[in-house]
Amino acid sequence: MAYDWLKGIKDHYDVVVIGSGLGGLTGANALAKCGHSVLLLEHHYQLGGLATWFTRKGGHIFDISLHGFPFGMVKSIRKYWSQDIADSIVQLKGVRFINPQFQVDTTFDREDFTRLLIERFGIAPATVERFFTDLRAMNFYDNNTETTGEMIARYFPGRDDVMRFLMEPIAYANGSTLDDPAITFGIVFSNFMSKGVYTFRGGSDVLIKRMADELKKNGVELRKHVAVEKVLTEETGGQRRVTGVVANGRTICCEAVLSNANIKNTVLQLAGEENFTPDFIAQAKAVRINSSSCQVYLGIRKGETLPHIGDLVFTSDAPRFSSEELVGLHTRSRTFSLYYPDTRPGSERYTIVVSLNATYADWKTMSEEQYQTEKARLIEESLASLERFIPGVRGKIDWMEAATPRTIEYYTRHWNGTSFGTKFEGLKVSMDLPSQLPGLHHAGSVGIIMSGWLGTINYGIIVANQIDKFLLQKKRTAA
Amino acid sequence: MTKEDCKKLVVDIIADIAPDEDLSTIKPDVRLRDQLQLDSMDFLDIVMELRKRHGIEVPETDYPQLASLDSCADYLTPKFATKG
Repeated sequence: MAYDWLKGIKDHYDVVVIGSGLGGLTGANALAKCGHSVLLLEHHYQLGGLATWFTRKGGHIFDISLHGFPFGMVKSIRKYWSQDIADSIVQLKGVRFINPQFQVDTTFDREDFTRLLIERFGIAPATVERFFTDLRAMNFYDNNTETTGEMIARYFPGRDDVMRFLMEPIAYANGSTLDDPAITFGIVFSNFMSKGVYTFRGGSDVLIKRMADELKKNGVELRKHVAVEKVLTEETGGQRRVTGVVANGRTICCEAVLSNANIKNTVLQLAGEENFTPDFIAQAKAVRINSSSCQVYLGIRKGETLPHIGDLVFTSDAPRFSSEELVGLHTRSRTFSLYYPDTRPGSERYTIVVSLNATYADWKTMSEEQYQTEKARLIEESLASLERFIPGVRGKIDWMEAATPRTIEYYTRHWNGTSFGTKFEGLKVSMDLPSQLPGLHHAGSVGIIMSGWLGTINYGIIVANQIDKFLLQKKRTAA
Repeated sequence: MTKEDCKKLVVDIIADIAPDEDLSTIKPDVRLRDQLQLDSMDFLDIVMELRKRHGIEVPETDYPQLASLDSCADYLTPKFATKG
């Protein structure tokens, strides 16, 4: 008989958290600290969602999404996790752009971007100042229909080099395009511009282990290898509400569910259409899934070293920036994340992770043979590109591997293998969920702004606040 | 509970949320956001702490009432009284 991954759990919890991405982990931690009993279920054998890593022969550890997050993480990690974990957050100062329009090195903060826009791109200082100040003042509840492309063109008309400089990194950070609402760009860009790009010293594995330790200390029951199949509901007094979940074939009762699964998975699969009004189902179905990613992992042989060519290098051979080019199967745009030994102090190891944006449909329909061929091409093109910055690097590599939207779908179960959640409208569906089905809450990557490491952590807290309020009302009514 | 007691409880919460801030010089009639490095997440944390520590619920529509220490005291003191 198969091992029972749910062995020893209770029959009832205040909250069941589905999925252990940063939103699920952070929400679980906050709810446990509020005194609620919390069961967190992860289908994979590892916690973290896309904030994850894997190990390979030769002593390689590859980080999937540790490329860089905004300074706001220091504060959020300190508040919602611990000072100790926050103390390991360090700045990445070597951000580079290499493309046919320009080559620049930057610390990726407002001061340095201001300098570059004025000196390198020849923009009037007053325009730069106005751009940053206006962006900073944007709120997500503003009723502004302008797109990011229109907004950037308004400040920098005819300057598609400036457009690329401002947009390319954000497209890699959250999969957004020039057609997405300007507000999504404004919020995310302002977060980065506050003080630059940061990483977690010690690697994703150490971060997630410390978070798991914290969760256990706060009383969260953590179970891996457990897939939630269904959210259970019951109708009483004309109102449907959540009563539990079915996971690994077993029924577990609960008062509330925090779903860290994709919003479409949550509404259409885990809960099911029968629990919602036709209008809400139509809204959920209409939510556009964001693009996905490919990655190439290059492991440097033990004992070999690399020169410091930057931490995060945005490269492209495309003559100008285009959101379509960026997600195309044959995109010539890729970001190199270089992990030097100081990522994991004492390790003396180097790895390179190449990230490309991608479209799920391109990869989903391939035959197995074509799939293998395309993955080999991705690796070869990434190597050829890297050779231009680090001549001879090919001879230092002893592990090469590619991941695609299919890989992300397999490990995260995200709808259409997305690596960036949903477009803007997904946020409304996510936030409206508990009013449709009391007890069902969602905190996953949605709406572009509630995405990325900082966005999902903060969204986990926002939703934990709503669940805490819901549970207290329930407990008071019962008492 | 007096309004001064109420302000002190709010300052205690802010001290935990923003440990790097100097709270000895807060002007009670000035918006907290204008004198401290507080963002919207910090205000949400204040709401969560009021519920956790004091059993006080602040509906989302009333968040603007937490703008300054004075407005906090005006809004929260009656809530503490009905608790007590």
